Amino acid sequence: MGRIQLKSVTKSFGDVQVIPPLDLTIEDGEFTVFVGPSGCGKSTLLRLIAGLEDITSGHIEIDGTDATDVPPAKRGLAMVFQSYALYPHMSVRKNIAFPLRMAKLEQAEIDKRVEGAASVLNLADYLDRRPGQLSGGQRQRVAIGRAIVREPAAFLFDEPLSNLDAALRVGMRLEISELHERLATTMIYVTHDQVEAMTMADKIVVLQAGVIEQVGSPLELYRTPRNLFVAGFIGSPKMNFIEGAEAKKYDAHTIGIRPEHLAVSETEGEWSGVVSVSEHLGSDTFFHVQETGLAETITVRADGEVGFRHGDRIHLTPRADVIHRFDAKGLRIE
Amino acid sequence: MATQHSRSVARLMMAPAVVLLLGWMLVPLTMTLYFSFKKYLPLRGGDLGWVGFDNYVRFVSSSSFWPAVQATLVIVGGVLAITVVLGILLAMLLDQPMWGQGVVRILVIAPFFVMPTVSALVWKNMFMDPINGLLAHLWRFFGAEPVSWLSEASMTSIVMIVSWQWLPFATLILLTAIQSLDSEQLEAAEMDGAPPLKRFYHIILPHLGRAITIVILIQTIFLLSIFAEIFVTTGGAFGTRTLTYLIFQRVLEGQNVGLGSAGGVYAIILANIVAIFLMRIVGKNLDA
Repeated sequence: MGRIQLKSVTKSFGDVQVIPPLDLTIEDGEFTVFVGPSGCGKSTLLRLIAGLEDITSGHIEIDGTDATDVPPAKRGLAMVFQSYALYPHMSVRKNIAFPLRMAKLEQAEIDKRVEGAASVLNLADYLDRRPGQLSGGQRQRVAIGRAIVREPAAFLFDEPLSNLDAALRVGMRLEISELHERLATTMIYVTHDQVEAMTMADKIVVLQAGVIEQVGSPLELYRTPRNLFVAGFIGSPKMNFIEGAEAKKYDAHTIGIRPEHLAVSETEGEWSGVVSVSEHLGSDTFFHVQETGLAETITVRADGEVGFRHGDRIHLTPRADVIHRFDAKGLRIE
Repeated sequence: MATQHSRSVARLMMAPAVVLLLGWMLVPLTMTLYFSFKKYLPLRGGDLGWVGFDNYVRFVSSSSFWPAVQATLVIVGGVLAITVVLGILLAMLLDQPMWGQGVVRILVIAPFFVMPTVSALVWKNMFMDPINGLLAHLWRFFGAEPVSWLSEASMTSIVMIVSWQWLPFATLILLTAIQSLDSEQLEAAEMDGAPPLKRFYHIILPHLGRAITIVILIQTIFLLSIFAEIFVTTGGAFGTRTLTYLIFQRVLEGQNVGLGSAGGVYAIILANIVAIFLMRIVGKNLDA
């Protein structure tokens, strides 16, 4: 079990309120991702749930019981840190066994659980090495191993992949997702990378300046962003925003159109502009189009084989059914 | 980069420093060895010729030799224990965020800047004086009989004075080590269910291992040769005569340079024995 509820939780450091009153429910077994730009309070929120920071006011409930004043060790949560926070002077085996030793389990049980975790995470060959002798990905797995042996009510991940290179990151992303499928334990995952959020989450919580901008499944956020911030943050490349006369046609202050919802043509289209940069990824091509008279730059995603170059004039047509409309306050108009 | 030419130029340029350092070490060492085999009494006839190992035998068979070795080791051991333990505690205390941190840290380091002779005199006259010392007043305030520190608890007193001098050094080194500890490790241990004492034992102490080793090795080098503290307090009486002090007495009070030189050679041997033991015990912390 691992149902976590935050009830009007606030956090202030001195006079600065970093988290204004915030309510959130994380259901048992859910993979929830907190995502937002750096400094938005997502790590602070995670540390409040972990108990590493005291909340200023409000309540945290874990499985229906008030955990506000429960010390971190007694909350039954396990955390994976950004720096992994492995104990450098202990072998991998001792690192993984540490929480079990602290819980005063019997040696036989400890050995069984450590071996179990090691085989799940492919660490069996490294058990007697020190963390310093492992690669980044292996260290990450040791940190996860140390978390899973405790059989916690929920896992907390604090930007666990940000220290890994791009290829490893994709691999670990899959491993963590698989782990979640297998353990079916609640996981809360903090990241600033919206790709991680989109690919892994059951539920994404978008934060800005300590405020929850929107909560929903990845596709909900993609299809119906509640405001300009979420619209701009979710999706890669970023959504194009167009203001002024063009937006008025749609009865909105701002309209948003995703790069993938624009059709490109050499000869005709609703809008036109000049290609400034084209990025060829093989599968896709991204064109940065300028001189459209709509916005400074409009990004377009086209098929990989479309071969416009710098300086070419091209024509764009938005798909009318997926144009997002926002009012003057930046809120979505249905 | 290092061509034949630049290497020979480098050697040429380093030569003066190397020669100076070699001379600095070799001349006194050779002279000590030279005198240790001579009967040399400056005020009673001067150089009286070679005597072989006579000085060495006499120095060891003197009734004050083994007590001096013992006193040396007790002082070194006592001061090391006190400075390391208190140093760790103080370092952890100073690591906490507090108001006036900068000033407090400078104050803590201050004793290290006081020269040994002065600090020993301050302790002797202002703290440990049985009639007018601060400690005597404190004892009387609680109705106890003041202790004549330097005669009744001479060894304790010396260890206290020297510890006071060296505590800042230990604290400083250990403080920098504690500051380099990743706070996420402590938080991870907290999440893993380790109470504060276990966090100290399993995380902080191993992290400090290397710094403690350095503190022990450096302090030992200097503690083996403490002199001023003994000279201005007990003058070597009441069982506080260390090997260094014994050599001083043989050479200057006994006016026997040969005997003192032999003692100096023993001191070198003792220092090396201590060094070997230390390296065996703590030196492995410096690897990795």
